[in-house]
Formats: sequence, structure tokens, C-alpha cells
Amino acid sequence: MKELSLNILDITENSTKAGATLVEISIEEKNNILTLIIKDNGSGMTPETLSAVRNPFFTTRTTRKVGMGIPLLQFAAEQTGGSLDIESKHISLYPDSHGTTVTAVFYKDHIDFTPLGDVISTVTTLIQGHPEVDFLFKHSGEGLEVLLDTREIREVLEGVPLDTFEVLLWIKDNLAEQYNSI
Amino acid sequence: MKSLAELQAIKDRMKNKVVLREGLGEIRVVVGMATCGIAAGARPVLNTFVEEVNNADLADKVSVTQTGCAGLCQLEPIVEVYEAGKEKVTYIKMTADKAKEVVEKHLKGGKVVTEYTVASAN
Repeated sequence: MKELSLNILDITENSTKAGATLVEISIEEKNNILTLIIKDNGSGMTPETLSAVRNPFFTTRTTRKVGMGIPLLQFAAEQTGGSLDIESKHISLYPDSHGTTVTAVFYKDHIDFTPLGDVISTVTTLIQGHPEVDFLFKHSGEGLEVLLDTREIREVLEGVPLDTFEVLLWIKDNLAEQYNSI
Repeated sequence: MKSLAELQAIKDRMKNKVVLREGLGEIRVVVGMATCGIAAGARPVLNTFVEEVNNADLADKVSVTQTGCAGLCQLEPIVEVYEAGKEKVTYIKMTADKAKEVVEKHLKGGKVVTEYTVASAN
């Protein structure tokens, strides 16, 4: 992937596929370290599935035999000297607290650090594709504090779908203004 | 700042249109957004379709949605166009520029851009 924001888009698709109603995406930049956390309340994974997802030859889909999402993110993190961690609670064992949290740590000054890229486009693409799912997006860093919560937006919209073009434009402009206000 | 008041105004405008949107989806544009598609550049392709369909005032007629992997990863970004009563059209190796052209010629003009379809572009 050319941009970390594309990995974020890709990994978050796993959350929506797992039936999540809320996905929290957090990017935290402190000094030289970027921590990415994608946390969902989807069905979660069984311990067997969890132990297999790092293997590129594991996938839940049936149209092909490889699943590169997690291995690509893991590679992107590890090539900077960072790491990837996945915690998951399957719905069969945790009926009230199921979900998956993916945490990736990157060292930004490493020559192989992949730039974040167009994060705004990733957020609007996720909302466009999954207007029924709520997303909480946070990006914090030196002097930076970006926050978008679709639950707040949904409340204002009173039934107007989140994938309405004007709404997507508003979200895009809102995020752009938050990024530019630093 | 893009305020909640502005969002409120969008809601007020859209509330009335929701009924009209019922007839939506005569044409369905489906963009592959699995790992393979995303890595090959599907995100700008999808966003171009969303933008251009609205700019061309086709939103009541055309819906743009996302899907997973079709098993032809080497041909991504793949875009499928479904239209009632017509055969499915599959565009491969798409870019934002090609997407613009497809909106203009195919979705608006009704003429399939044959050179980008799976039958001839591969």
C-alpha cells in the first residue's frame, strides 16, 4: 500500500464485515511514534481465527485463497521497527463485550515509514460504503486534534442517510478545516 | 468552519428529497474495495464516481456502491455497471480519469466505453 490511510481503509472493512455498528479509528502521533488503533464491536474472532489472521494464506473470503490485509499492515509497521497487535473477543464467548482491536505502532523517522496519505478520503470512503455503521475518528498529534463522530452527525440528520452526497461533502470539508486549523 | 448548523440546513433540504430517492438505482455502479482493489487504486476511482455522478446530476438514477473481491485481483480496480434489462458491463484497471469518462459516455450518454471493459482491455 502506498499510504497508511489505505491500510486503514482496508482493515476497517474487516470490522464492517464482522457486523460492527461502531468502529473507532484513532491515530496518535507522539514524538517519533505513530500509534494506529482500529477498534470495533463486531462479532470478533475465535482464538483459532485470531491465530491464523497473520498468515497471508488465511482469508474468510471464498473468491480467492489469500488474505493480505493484516499481513500488509503488520509488514508496514514492522519495517519501521514497530509492531502489530490484535486482540479479539468472539461473540460466542463474550456475548456482551465482543469485538476486535488492531493496534499498530510505527516509527516515523524510519526510512521505510509509509506516509499517512489522504486520511480524509479514507474516512469519507468508509462512510459512503457503510452509511449504517458509526465511525469515531480521532487524530491527535502536536497541536493537532481532529475529531469526527458520525453518531453526532446522524443525530442532526434525523434520518437523512450519511451517504447523501452533500453530507459526504460536509464531512470532507469539516475534516479538511480541522486539519488546516493548526 | 463547517458547522452543525450547515449540516442542519443540508438535512432540511434533503428531508423532502428522500421520497424522490425511492426510485433510485436504475443503474448500479459497483466498485471493488477489497485489499487488492484498494492497493491498486480503487479509492480515487470510487470517489470520482461518487463526485461525477452527482456533478452530472445523475444521483437519482445511478447509485454507487462498494463490494469485495471478485477474484480477478490482477485486473483491479474493477468497476461493474448493472442496468436493468442489460448485460453487466465490467470495467478493469480503472483510474480516476477513466471513471470520469465512463460517467460522461456510459452513465450519461448510454454508450459503453468498450476499450476499458474486461473483454477488450485485458
